[in-house]
Amino acid sequence: MKLLWELYRAFFTIGALTFGGGYAMLPMLEREIVNKHKWSTQEELLNYFAIGQCTPGVIAVNTATFVGYNIKGITGGIAATLGVVSPSLIIITLIAMLLENFMDIVWVQHAFAGIRVAVCALIGSSVIKLAKSNLKKWWHAALAVGAFIVVAFGLSPVYVVVACAVLSFIFGKKVNQA
Amino acid sequence: MMELFTLCFEFFKTGLFAVGGGLATLPFLTQMQQKYQWFTATDLANMIAVSESTPGPIGVNMATYVGYMTKGIGGGLTATLSLILPSLIVILIIARALDKYQKSPIIQNMFAFMRPAVTGLIAAAGMSVLKISLLTQGETFFSSLNWVAIALFAIFLALTQVKALKKIHPIAYIAVGAVVGVLLQM
Repeated sequence: MKLLWELYRAFFTIGALTFGGGYAMLPMLEREIVNKHKWSTQEELLNYFAIGQCTPGVIAVNTATFVGYNIKGITGGIAATLGVVSPSLIIITLIAMLLENFMDIVWVQHAFAGIRVAVCALIGSSVIKLAKSNLKKWWHAALAVGAFIVVAFGLSPVYVVVACAVLSFIFGKKVNQA
Repeated sequence: MMELFTLCFEFFKTGLFAVGGGLATLPFLTQMQQKYQWFTATDLANMIAVSESTPGPIGVNMATYVGYMTKGIGGGLTATLSLILPSLIVILIIARALDKYQKSPIIQNMFAFMRPAVTGLIAAAGMSVLKISLLTQGETFFSSLNWVAIALFAIFLALTQVKALKKIHPIAYIAVGAVVGVLLQM
């Protein structure tokens, strides 16, 4: 029980002090998991993180589940996962409640009009970064354009993900040999 | 009650199919917005801003926010727990065969196909945010262009591509956006 509580607390700290998720959480993970609690070695942690990227869902949540499971089985996985999402639940709920009341103020609306433009630029820069690392061959670009068109026409992204899985079964070998 | 169930279903789906972290949940949220109209496209853009400038994984923050906007505190809790449930299930299943899973050529092939597609998915979701942020109500496409917003967008995007500024945190852009928005009465 004590270990479960410690797991929850460690991942609560990680969730509360990481801005942006993804790679931004690696330094915090190292501090809590490797240095402070010695639950895993640096190498193991990087391995968990790598696997967290190739399972479905939010990477931070996946990594938390892996680390928790390896320390204390299924209950450990659940404790760590709940820990990493608890700060978001608390902070976002508070902010959403506040904003509900402040959204009528004119200058708050002006501020958010400016903020939305900044958000566009941030998404734009994420897309550029993703394109640079993921689009290296002609068929990569074809997949990206295909996915873009499917979603732009209002179809669910689920179809794209399933189609990719099917395509990888059919053409996977060919592509790997090429 | 029905709405909570739908929230649960939609976010379970998102958790199961959103691959690639960070903004990967965004295409699912734009889809939800168009399908259910629980919140407006402008709300969604505001939520992204809040999720990027508060601690915690962006995907989880967005789920809590969307859930709250739809059905209050219970909605936020439902959406967040539904989002993480598939991760828990999938990982607890493969945890015993971790190395085998990661090195399996089937899985590696699958991700080789999914990664480029996810780039396209996020780009499409980004377009819908772009539309509500850079356009205003107008008769024709040309007259609906908000030139101030477009100019600001171009400047911000250019800044994100400057090597020396790569380390600047997204919050800085959001803060500057807020100040400029107030000063220019956008």
